Amino acid sequence: MSMNSQGRPSHSGSAQGHELPTISGDRGLDLEARLIFEIGRSGVTGVDFPDVKVADARLGGLRRKGAVGLPGLSEPEVIRHYVRLSRQNYAIDAGLYPLGSCTMKHNPRLNEKMARLPGFGDLHPLAPRAATQGALALISELMKWLTTLTGMPAVAMSPKAGAHGELCGLLAIRAAVEARGEKRNRILVPESAHGTNPATAAFAGFIVDEVPAKPDGRVDAAALKAKLGPDVAAIMLTNPNTCGLFEGEIVEIAKAVHEAGAYFYCDGANFNAIAGRVRPGDLGIDAMHINLHKTFSTPHGGGGPGAGPVVLSERLAAYAPLPLLVSDASGFRLIEDRDELPEGAKPFGRMCAFHGQMGMFVRALSYMLSHGRDGVRQASEDAVLSANYILASLKDVMSAPFGDGPCMHEALFDDTFLEGSGITTLDFAKAMIDEGYHPMTMYFPLVVHGAMLIEPTESESKESLDRFIAVLRGLALEAKAGKRERFDGAPHYAPRRRLDETAAARKPVLRWKPDALPQAAE
Amino acid sequence: MRYLPLTPDDRRAMLAKIGAPDIDALFRDVPREAVVPLSAFDLSETKGELEVERALSKLAARNVAAGAVPSFCGAGAYKHHVPSAVDHLIQRSEFLTSYTPYQPEIAQGTLQVLFEFQTQVALLTGMDVANASLYDGSTATAEAVLMAQRLTRRPKAILSGGLHPHYAETVETVAKLSGVVTRTPVMPGVAEDIAALIDNETACVVVQSPDVFGLIRNLRPIAEAAHAKGALLIAVVTEAVSLGLLESPGAQGADIVACEGQSIGNGLNFGGPYVGLFATREKFLRQMPGRLCGETADAAGKRGYVLTLSTREQHIRREKATSNICTNSGLCALAFTIHLSLLGEEGLARVARINHAKACALADRLSRVAGVELVTPAFFNEFALKLAKPAAPVVDALAAKGVLGGVPASRLMPREAAAKNLLIVAATETNTDEDFAAFETALAEVLK
Amino acid sequence: MSEVRFTDQHEWVRLEGDEATIGITRHAAEQLGDVVFVELPQAGRKVGAGGEAAVVESVKAASEVYAPVGGEVTEANSALEAEPAKVNEDPEGAGWFFKLKLSDKAEFAKLMDAAAYQEFVKGL
Repeated sequence: MSMNSQGRPSHSGSAQGHELPTISGDRGLDLEARLIFEIGRSGVTGVDFPDVKVADARLGGLRRKGAVGLPGLSEPEVIRHYVRLSRQNYAIDAGLYPLGSCTMKHNPRLNEKMARLPGFGDLHPLAPRAATQGALALISELMKWLTTLTGMPAVAMSPKAGAHGELCGLLAIRAAVEARGEKRNRILVPESAHGTNPATAAFAGFIVDEVPAKPDGRVDAAALKAKLGPDVAAIMLTNPNTCGLFEGEIVEIAKAVHEAGAYFYCDGANFNAIAGRVRPGDLGIDAMHINLHKTFSTPHGGGGPGAGPVVLSERLAAYAPLPLLVSDASGFRLIEDRDELPEGAKPFGRMCAFHGQMGMFVRALSYMLSHGRDGVRQASEDAVLSANYILASLKDVMSAPFGDGPCMHEALFDDTFLEGSGITTLDFAKAMIDEGYHPMTMYFPLVVHGAMLIEPTESESKESLDRFIAVLRGLALEAKAGKRERFDGAPHYAPRRRLDETAAARKPVLRWKPDALPQAAE
Repeated sequence: MRYLPLTPDDRRAMLAKIGAPDIDALFRDVPREAVVPLSAFDLSETKGELEVERALSKLAARNVAAGAVPSFCGAGAYKHHVPSAVDHLIQRSEFLTSYTPYQPEIAQGTLQVLFEFQTQVALLTGMDVANASLYDGSTATAEAVLMAQRLTRRPKAILSGGLHPHYAETVETVAKLSGVVTRTPVMPGVAEDIAALIDNETACVVVQSPDVFGLIRNLRPIAEAAHAKGALLIAVVTEAVSLGLLESPGAQGADIVACEGQSIGNGLNFGGPYVGLFATREKFLRQMPGRLCGETADAAGKRGYVLTLSTREQHIRREKATSNICTNSGLCALAFTIHLSLLGEEGLARVARINHAKACALADRLSRVAGVELVTPAFFNEFALKLAKPAAPVVDALAAKGVLGGVPASRLMPREAAAKNLLIVAATETNTDEDFAAFETALAEVLK
Repeated sequence: MSEVRFTDQHEWVRLEGDEATIGITRHAAEQLGDVVFVELPQAGRKVGAGGEAAVVESVKAASEVYAPVGGEVTEANSALEAEPAKVNEDPEGAGWFFKLKLSDKAEFAKLMDAAAYQEFVKGL
């Protein structure tokens, strides 16, 4: 028998804790990345272009005199850098991402493929009409889906995000009020509203008047009605609301609002709970933005781009902003100027250059066609079912302020269950990171103390939900037992420990500067 | 339904745990009359990938992609070569499917990218600080005007006639709520004396360079005139690549720069999503809208990044926020940052020079065609031609000949009689000599 | 001889002659957490009692600071611009916000004294 004793050892070694810092600063698959400005240098590039000389004659005497100051990197360096950075992010593709009100559902890859078809991705916004008929047909088809699902007659497609859609809706309301020769400058906003609602109302030149919530988490309809008057332009209500509850008195509220001569703006951030089952148009809503990046699965991309088309009632449709999409026997056409308006159209203005987030339109329609009306409805039902399953499975160990009845697509907890433990909502959320989960939305809505808003979406299997529930139960029980080890200073296993936000805000360093220069001139 | 993991058995088990007899019980707060049957929706049923791909590909095929034919459209959106690595990297799950970095411990990737992006934008524009991006150049311009109104506590915004008309309309739509917006008429060849309009009520002047006709504008005298009256200069750039060859707005005295970043890293996408670059002076930082990423350290002393100065923002300030903006254009900003990292100093300078050289060559060629006059004397990669015929039908006729021959000015400013015969033409590194020859030939035929 | 009074919005005022020095209370500073920025009124600005005079920001919150008494601002504590942490370290001393020339002494007399404010905070 001959034996090779030079082979590598095959035992797994000790599994004892090993806290020795590494020489490199990296740890296994946990790889650090310096700034591109620190790794780049001159004389290197990641693209190959010829060195063409140009004369100054046609540059108006404004040729750049100094360098921009950009670092040079080769392609492999750029790829390694951004791959390393990407690995420091949590993502819905990697795990459950229960951010309430943000709707982190699965982002189908078919959508990405469709948006990249050259006929969409490489199409110029001002190409001649004949060259863009397919794109305009796609927008028209998406408009049909949005108006049909919401039961509303019209939709403005250009708003670029939810908050931009809110602005669009309020500007339409402002135009309608002015067209009636009235002066209405007040907007009623429930105190549970997302911060964009009051910010948008103020941005659009209105005075914000807050409406209190009832103890059951819904808007106080009586208080709201009492605030209605000849100076109220609109109410802005989120439904399902930010506590994850359906505003059951909505039809009655809408009626009162209309009787007072005001308009009803609905924040459609939570449309994903009711799409395919309830039509906002049937509830008396006059305007509602739809976050395509929430309900219709376009990716969040680390913070945008979003898209926020706004559906409009008959009373507001005429005021939709430019451009308008129309069709006749010769095909589709964009109306981009006031001089070409169809009869009755009184656009309040323009939200942005060109025609909106086409790339998001393609993705959203790809999702809608894939699901179909039956799938859209099933998705809403599964989202609501999953949230209720979480609520039912956790409310005995956590505290659910409105846990007596069913919730919609998200389950709201507060920090009552942490009372006396010295553990905060923040600590609890950060401990979830160590368990491999993205934390839920915390400290929002503001109407409950230490809020934890969990939105599982329809994209999780039962097994995934059960595992998540088991982990949260485990954490809640330890917290209540006063076992603080997992919570103090969590997260322990993330690429970074807790970051010093105070230092960041007191002495803002908002860009890299070469060492030779002093940091942020004070 | 391939996107839904729950089985009928799962659903039954979950309802049992909840203690609800059926799914309808969970919707019990919804008024009964508001619940509609599926048949109420005149829409199609579930489709497989194959069918969806077929349907959408059919629609895409009815469009003429810029890369499919000789293409010279610009006017605020430009076709550039985007290196393959960019699209590969932005489709990594961890970038594509993450949310706004609210939990910095597990979002350092996005945050560090934003820090690099802010630095690149500040360098490119010649300003002190930049935010983490806005929706696009037009909305960034509107935000800049509102910011100037807040900073100066003055109502009036003066928009140069060379500002892209869509931008001007976007500004007017929001800025008229808080002040007064005036626009100067401008046509190529006619000098614009915007400095003369600045008075003590003026919050800002908004000047685009290169302007909508491609003209490179000298911002220095305008900045001086504005500052002399206590007003701010907002510089607008719709073609970010131009900053690689031209003096930055910051060097020329701009107080705020609003720029469309689509040209770097992002496709044409029929107008969106794009990425708005927004930069200003350090002293104006507190009035800047949008998200900001800042450097800090974690509890173990490691360098890291967080969203900062968020008390300016809507989720804390509510009705007192600097803007209602919530999202930025994160993924497009990422594409911008990766592309600019690949370009680097030398790559950007070379691409910019190639753009200018191509535009010069094309301008010379087209000027030779009978009935064509070049009316933009100083330009980067875009210029205006005065044609012997109205430009809109010429563009349609060119399209019929397989050439996307630019944007007729009348499409952007239909009420300007002087714009009727103007054609706005852009050339980039993607155009070849064959493209130029095809354009020249087709234009000569159409104008015959 | 100076006297200090408090408001239910958690500002304090120290009166010396007709000069009022104004800041936020220790209780308010603790509730806000680490102060990162203050926006102060310019000298010469006239503010009414209860009017918005300054802004104080922590990482997570921004609050208006109201003038407890009306008058003309004479001086702002510009040291806070560089060192907002002073508000946490010494809220009722070096962390003062601004001074104003009091226009109506009766407004001062209406405010809570230290004992009354302590009771008020206890009841929150």
